[in-house]
Amino acid sequence: MNMQQAIKMTAAETALVDAYGAQIGDLPGDGAVLSLRDTLVHELRTAGLPTRRIESWHYTDLRTLLRDVPAADPSAFADRVEAIVPGSSVLSVRNGQADLKSVPEGIKARSYTDSLVDGSAAAGLAILGADDAIGRINGGLVRGGLEIAIAEGAEFAAPIEIQVVQSHGQAHTRFPVSFGAGSKATVIERHVSTSAEASFVSTVSDVTLGEGADVIWIVVQQQGPADTHLGQIRFDLAKDAKLHIFVINAGGKLVRQELHGRASGEGADLTLRGINLLGGESHTDVTFTLTHAVPHTTSSEIIRNVIFDRARGVFQGKILVAKDAQKTDAKMACNTLLLSDEADMSAKPELEIFADDVQCGHGATVADIDHTQLFYMLARGIPEKKARAMLVNAFVAEIVEELEDDEALVEALEGVISAWLEKHA
Amino acid sequence: MLEIKNLHARIAEDGTEIIRGLDLTVKAGEVAAIMGPNGSGKSTLSYILSGREDYEVTEGDILYNGESILELDPSERAAKGIFLAFQYPVEIPGVATMQFLKVAMNEQRKYRGEDELTTPEFMRRVKEAAAELKIAPEMLRRPLNVGFSGGEKKRAEILQMALLEPKLCVLDETDSGLDIDALKVVADGVNALRSPDRAVVVITHYQRLLDYIVPDTVHVLYKGQIIKSGDKTLAHELEAKGYADIIEAAA
Repeated sequence: MNMQQAIKMTAAETALVDAYGAQIGDLPGDGAVLSLRDTLVHELRTAGLPTRRIESWHYTDLRTLLRDVPAADPSAFADRVEAIVPGSSVLSVRNGQADLKSVPEGIKARSYTDSLVDGSAAAGLAILGADDAIGRINGGLVRGGLEIAIAEGAEFAAPIEIQVVQSHGQAHTRFPVSFGAGSKATVIERHVSTSAEASFVSTVSDVTLGEGADVIWIVVQQQGPADTHLGQIRFDLAKDAKLHIFVINAGGKLVRQELHGRASGEGADLTLRGINLLGGESHTDVTFTLTHAVPHTTSSEIIRNVIFDRARGVFQGKILVAKDAQKTDAKMACNTLLLSDEADMSAKPELEIFADDVQCGHGATVADIDHTQLFYMLARGIPEKKARAMLVNAFVAEIVEELEDDEALVEALEGVISAWLEKHA
Repeated sequence: MLEIKNLHARIAEDGTEIIRGLDLTVKAGEVAAIMGPNGSGKSTLSYILSGREDYEVTEGDILYNGESILELDPSERAAKGIFLAFQYPVEIPGVATMQFLKVAMNEQRKYRGEDELTTPEFMRRVKEAAAELKIAPEMLRRPLNVGFSGGEKKRAEILQMALLEPKLCVLDETDSGLDIDALKVVADGVNALRSPDRAVVVITHYQRLLDYIVPDTVHVLYKGQIIKSGDKTLAHELEAKGYADIIEAAA
């Protein structure tokens, strides 16, 4: 008799466990992978989804917020869409199946499904800790994705777009991507929905940068209005590696984007920029942890939230500076524009510093539109609706402009923002 | 062009009355100077003319070309040709100066039922007006007023005024924070806009600006009322004797 059935499962928990049951025998994996999947789903069944009592999920009570999960539907694939930046190399995943038609030179790409089947994916499926619900759900149900290796010293003229297109049902994908020493690339991880029907998407990207690699990693999340998106990016930076992560959340009903990383080599530098556009009754959570593990590493994080209607935003940012990590320079800021009385933002920046010679700081602001700026624009004949839209756009445009070296990319991201604002503002 | 009749206005938030029965008429083609000591209501008057929400008109009326503007919001007033040059121009990070100018010009044109400007036509106008005001092209590439010096901000205000071609220009303490060279550039910009169908209201604390923008009429504002009106000699009188005599005489 199974005595570990500790909780009464919610509809969503039941749906996830059932999805696993329905696909048993069909989910790819060798013996090691399958046994790991079993363990993860078993944990999900016994512990359930995380609630507000778990510290890292305090502001996103997944158990309450995730009301239901659409059934997995093998026919729910959608066709590849146009690249967001013209001229990009598009590697897409449809219903877990990798499409490797246009792999540029300097990249080795294989279907992650093959890595599950031959068991090489097993080690990467380990969860980050007992509270890693995204790693757990994804590890249990992942069907495919892409395993990408960028050659040492490789450089690319155009971005590489990883595209996950979903119409409904479930998608669970993984993207282990390694950048060789001295390589330079821009990767766009793009999640798009092609219908208003509900999708449930979990995705984990495992990003490792070799010595001196210089990478821009963009996440463009444009799920549908009924979708749940659980994303996780894990990253590790070797000596002198430079990673600029830019996350834009412009869709979804329930979104949690986690970023967990480590500056492992001296001279490593992380830049995180996030834009969260929230409207309706949506809930978007960006949770970030970074360990500065060695001396002389730097990081800078800026999150900008724009919240309309009854939406709720969450930012949790935790920077940990190890005892030996002297001369760490880390600055974190979270700025929010609350555009309705019922909109809500919870920001929790944290520093945990064990070294004594560091420069670290954090700050959080919440404000409405600046009325002096608004009046100034009105006094020049700009109608209020337009003036407000310009000010909201200005609030987030600043951090897009930091990517000015790639004009086409800036234009594409500005397009995502203005399209969203036109619909919601 | 502008008729202010028995205007009473207060701060919306706390009800403090600032304007207490103000009468003023400014004709087309006229340059009227409004002078007064600190706290007399000069800046408040400029905000009320442009429709700032923080102030409430409780009595009286403001007629612009014979029609009351009290029910119009600030953007409608601007589109009808009322322009306020701010004492403290506002910095707007993230909004490019050129984009702002283009949107403002075209939104006003749209309101008046005119065609939007083509980009080349817009560029031509900005280039010409900027050159007149000695505004460097680099300045126009920055976000609106961000990192501009005091003088640059005031010149940018006059640039906007020149491009928007208003009918009623209200200059609120445009001379504050300007050195003499910048003051001349700004005054030349304003003088270039003087025309028979345009009125200018110059609000200032000091007579200095009026040496360069010579007014047709001068009005002394004190405790929310015009207590004395005259021609440009009144400004010189104020400069020589201060406000005390006039205030006493009016009491």
